[in-house]
Amino acid sequence: MKAAPFKYVLAQSLEHCLELLSEHGDDARLLAGGQSLLPSLALRLSAPALLIDINRVSDISAPPQVSGGVVRLSALTRHADLITSPVVQAHLPLLHRAAPWIAHPGIRNRGTIGGSLALGDPASELPACAVAAGATFILQSKSGGLRRVPAPSFYQGMFRNACAVDEMIVAIEFARMDALQTGFKEVARRRGDYAMVGLAGQARRSGQRLTNVGLSFFSVGDCPVLASKICQAIEAAENESQAVAMALDVYQRDMQASADLWCSSQAKKYIGRSVLEDVIHDLYQ
Amino acid sequence: MTFINDQVPDTGLNIKLQVNGQPVHAQVSVRQHLGDFLRESQGFKGTHIGCEHGVCGACTVRVDGRAVRSCLTLAVQADAAQVFTIEGLSDDPVVRALQNSFVRCHAMQCGFCTAGMLLTAAELLQAQLDPSRDEVREYLSGNYCRCTGYESIVNAVMDAAQTLRKARGE
Repeated sequence: MKAAPFKYVLAQSLEHCLELLSEHGDDARLLAGGQSLLPSLALRLSAPALLIDINRVSDISAPPQVSGGVVRLSALTRHADLITSPVVQAHLPLLHRAAPWIAHPGIRNRGTIGGSLALGDPASELPACAVAAGATFILQSKSGGLRRVPAPSFYQGMFRNACAVDEMIVAIEFARMDALQTGFKEVARRRGDYAMVGLAGQARRSGQRLTNVGLSFFSVGDCPVLASKICQAIEAAENESQAVAMALDVYQRDMQASADLWCSSQAKKYIGRSVLEDVIHDLYQ
Repeated sequence: MTFINDQVPDTGLNIKLQVNGQPVHAQVSVRQHLGDFLRESQGFKGTHIGCEHGVCGACTVRVDGRAVRSCLTLAVQADAAQVFTIEGLSDDPVVRALQNSFVRCHAMQCGFCTAGMLLTAAELLQAQLDPSRDEVREYLSGNYCRCTGYESIVNAVMDAAQTLRKARGE
């Protein structure tokens, strides 16, 4: 199908973009990679009056940068860059590991991390990585200037987040993960399709103990699910087999997965068990 | 201050780009996607439009060196870009090797997915001349063949990789 008519403006600068957002609010959508927005227009799931194309906004397209203990990714970083960037490979191994699971090569070439994080599709990989890693979203608007929102409170429900209507993600910051263990796993019917269940995790390992454990499931609820009780159980364990046993015990008791069109909640819960087990083994690698 | 009505007439926008190495100036409707522009306004019908929402990969073209879905790119976004369709790539050694291997290995039935398969596979072989079968399958996972001829398609990509390695003297 074809998109409904809309108007289009190529934003010339971040200031221009924020001005347009402030003027048009909810009637406007930002066009970044377009890999989710353009399908939703083509399927007439949405019909905004105005698309603001942000692809030429240089302020939000800097390559990944390390500064002290923080890695900053600009909103227009493409998924493919997460695979090829030496900075991401060295300092954000969780993202480097998750990126090949995002859709397909042709989509990763255009899709942006800012777009994926802002949409917050319940089945998408990057929001879960951001939550597991405790990343910080950098938002900006004309009226409110810059503000920082920690990942867990950014996501507020199905396709709902902390961005005001005139606000946009300009960057996301992660603490460097060089010394951390990471784990990532998802199960989908076809490589690159929406996950039935997925899990992103990171932790600090000293001997047989894991600390600072962050685990976030995706495709099991309205938005990424931070598995705090499972993280605590793993931190309390004295070794790998105990960590698996204690985590699965909590998982079995506490985990609720909501069904989607293709997968029942029981099936998701069943698959999630083995996903969790695999990710804990990853964290002990 | 109003930007929209001042700047964007409904009749469309002018774009300047290179298509298959030739300069193109055109006026396009802002909601026309790149695939329709290439087929309807430029006549490059080797780009096939399948699902029009990014699932099938049939419409894959090369924009600024990267394989992208032309149905998920607006024509206006191709302003100033270098665009190649399958018609402009037969002199590219990787694409040519793939085309020969597709013929040799019977890697097409109806042929609808072929251009997209070639462009996606070419991107893989440009980065890596010695992929495993699994890597080939994974790279092509976003391209549907509704005739389900995947086995021959993967054979052909492996065959082209071997040909290219030989040509490089490995």
